[in-house]
Amino acid sequence: MSGEAVVFWVFAALTLGSAAVVVLSRTLIYSAFALLATFFGVAALYVLLGADFLAATQLLIYVGGILVLLLFGVMLTHRIHDLDLRSGAIQPASGVIVALGLFVILAALALKTEWPAAERLPAPTTAEIGRLFLGKFLLPFEAASVLLLVALMGAALIVRRRRDA
Amino acid sequence: MIGVGHYLVVAAALFSLGVLGLLTRRNAVSVLMSIELILNAANVNLVAFSRYSAGGLGGQVFAAFVIVVAAAEVAVALAIVLTLYRLRRTPNLDDADILKG
Repeated sequence: MSGEAVVFWVFAALTLGSAAVVVLSRTLIYSAFALLATFFGVAALYVLLGADFLAATQLLIYVGGILVLLLFGVMLTHRIHDLDLRSGAIQPASGVIVALGLFVILAALALKTEWPAAERLPAPTTAEIGRLFLGKFLLPFEAASVLLLVALMGAALIVRRRRDA
Repeated sequence: MIGVGHYLVVAAALFSLGVLGLLTRRNAVSVLMSIELILNAANVNLVAFSRYSAGGLGGQVFAAFVIVVAAAEVAVALAIVLTLYRLRRTPNLDDADILKG
């Protein structure tokens, strides 16, 4: 097995194992910290795929932003001091059947299809992505900035305590 | 030799785990975590296709947009969860039946 294969399998196992903990753990705070390992594993897969800019973005936004936000959500909706963070599951049998069937279909599709084998050599991507953002993808880039502004204003508006209510 | 198929299978497993969490969890914050797993699986697919095709870096740009939308989504969703908790004193989605007639 080549070095690339070893690294790939190690990080794939890290990603999927911690994702299983996220989904199956009965204690919510363990789920949140397993999600940290999942995000790191996905960032490592990005590095293996030669996407250096996206790996850094993944760490900054997912680990530094979204995960912290989710931890705030855990802390604000549970009493942390009595450690009663149980998160039960409903209808686990049918959920497992649906998820397993979906995985079998998707995996069979991925393995049966003849993908084009053209391979791009790994090269620094940041400059090219910046050029694409401000050139070919300028309109989606601006729309995304407006989306972020509207979403943050909407979130602040939703959680605001109304005086008259 | 690791090819695009390997990454697609890993992403499919990640996606299915997210769907499993989405279907079986009753806690609102757990459901949000499952949605993040699903979005990450989609991103792995996009980056893998960007690496193993001659199409340039469009896939990576698309993945960056997915990350932006995920950040906006989790902010709004947490605002809704906190408001629900303030109204019902519970984070369980089963109790979010205010709109039921």
